[in-house]
Amino acid sequence: MIRIKELHRIWKEFKLAGINLEIADGEYFVILGPTGAGKTLLLELIAGFYRPDGGDIYIGDKNVTGLPPEKRNIGFLYQDYSLFPHMNAEKNIEFGMRMRGVKNRDTVKKIAGYLNIGHLLHRYSQTLSGGEQQRVALARVLVIDPDVLLLDEPLSALDPGTQDATRKILKSIHSDSNLTVIHVTHDQTEARILADRVAVMMDGRIVQVGTPDEVFDKPVNDEVAHFVGVENVLKGEVIESSNGVCVLDIGGKVLEAVSECATGDTVYACLRPENVTLSKTGVNSSARNSFKGSLLEVERMGALVRAKVDMDGSFLLNAFVTNQSADELGLTCGETVVVSFKASAVHVV
Amino acid sequence: MGILIKQKPANIKRADPLMLLFYILSLVLLLFVFVVIANMIIGQVLTDFSGLLDAASSKPVLKSIFLSLYAGFLATMISLLLGVPTAYILARNNFIGKRFVESMLDVPVVIPHTVAGIALLTVFGSNGLIGAPLEPYIQFRDAMPGIVVAMLFVSAPYLTNSAREGFKNVDPKLENVARSLGAPFWKTFAIVTLPLASRHLLIGSIMCWARAISEFGAVVMIAYYPMIGPTLIYDRYLSQGLTASRPIAVLLILVTLVIFLAVRILSAGWRVYDKD
Repeated sequence: MIRIKELHRIWKEFKLAGINLEIADGEYFVILGPTGAGKTLLLELIAGFYRPDGGDIYIGDKNVTGLPPEKRNIGFLYQDYSLFPHMNAEKNIEFGMRMRGVKNRDTVKKIAGYLNIGHLLHRYSQTLSGGEQQRVALARVLVIDPDVLLLDEPLSALDPGTQDATRKILKSIHSDSNLTVIHVTHDQTEARILADRVAVMMDGRIVQVGTPDEVFDKPVNDEVAHFVGVENVLKGEVIESSNGVCVLDIGGKVLEAVSECATGDTVYACLRPENVTLSKTGVNSSARNSFKGSLLEVERMGALVRAKVDMDGSFLLNAFVTNQSADELGLTCGETVVVSFKASAVHVV
Repeated sequence: MGILIKQKPANIKRADPLMLLFYILSLVLLLFVFVVIANMIIGQVLTDFSGLLDAASSKPVLKSIFLSLYAGFLATMISLLLGVPTAYILARNNFIGKRFVESMLDVPVVIPHTVAGIALLTVFGSNGLIGAPLEPYIQFRDAMPGIVVAMLFVSAPYLTNSAREGFKNVDPKLENVARSLGAPFWKTFAIVTLPLASRHLLIGSIMCWARAISEFGAVVMIAYYPMIGPTLIYDRYLSQGLTASRPIAVLLILVTLVIFLAVRILSAGWRVYDKD
């Protein structure tokens, strides 16, 4: 268990004010917030790279607030991986063991095999791709068997394909080792897919903590709602898959997506709200997915209107329409509308 | 239309007139240095080769050149010991008065060397602030420690500045990661920071050593004897003229050039780990 009590710190333009958090053993905890919220600073305080101005940090039962980072047994992964450029991958991975005086080639081999980097061990970081560097960096923290793994925006420097692969790696590391993970990100999709619980951080404060469903479906205030309420991420099961099109069951509704996936898999369908079309009666178009639902909320956000539609309790969907279309449609809460979107607009992860 | 098509692509590549001027000016600078040095060395070899051989086999000459190299080496070692920690503090921390500290460390570069010599003599002379209480144990005036102190004073800033740039180029995140992996500060410094800054440290040391060897003004004020190379050259010039002093000068230049070249070649294989 990790407990953070009344943590304060002012550093340059960042300010953490009274952070309180409790993270259970084996939990995948995501700290979600916009850029500049102070997320990385919080993570660095937990790691011990900086000292807080006030407050306490407990790892297990031990108060580590005054301990230097080398005494905390934490694993830290920076966004840019921070591999030691003067050591090859193997030396990088061995580093933590060397510091503990327990050099063991088998452990290195095993972890390298697990992360599929066995063939890269002699290479230097300058010659590795982003994804490869990240797997080396992951191996480097995993060999020390840390009490907690701290991840600073681990996916944001990767291209979309590598992001998907890395997300899977993180998920399997967590489920295989039951490691406590604290993952900092500004990406809601990441939070929704990976997190057991999410803390939303804004302007140096924790504004909401809860399961992804709680945070994304019941944001505590407008600020959070604005930040998390945009992307649609729907959990479902693959019931059929052929010719690159798969059919998903999302809470009882059937949805088609252009994607390669295996029948029976539990997946997440991501859909950007601007790709969702809203109408009163349904239009004939190439959109493969069309659902009737009741209009739950209409909110003006500058040039756009965000409409939240409830599909008979199966799932909620956000859609963007322009102000003009909203006026033409005459949207009123509670009425029945038709949402439609193309199978190719759905990104399955 | 036709004219446009006929234009050769080579025209695009032609250097800008200003760039051409830059090339010419840089050539002037290069020749200025080269002609002065080469003329002295070649002139000596062609017109008075036996004088050079005499100098190379003269005991006082060899002794003074060795003293220059050795005292310079000691000054560089002390600069490393004192300058590396200073450079690290300056590269990693911001504190009130940092500007003042940095300017202070650079003062020896800007003051005339005879002035530095006077100042050093007032402090390290037998009646000086430091020289007086140390009188029973260590002599600075006309002694080896005086030479080293004078060389240290004028050459330390070169090492400190280069080391500071080197440390600035090492991403603090690498140090953080090393700490989180279980390395205490001293190990992090020894295994991560120092190797990554090594090239800057080496270049700084070479600059420091070279500056120490070339120092004359400050050294001669505090220690005319034992004679370092430049002092001997000056002494011979005053007493016996140019023909007596030039072979020693050529010899000093040749020895130092060979040493620096050797260090450069030996370190050429080192990797550069600049942040970008």
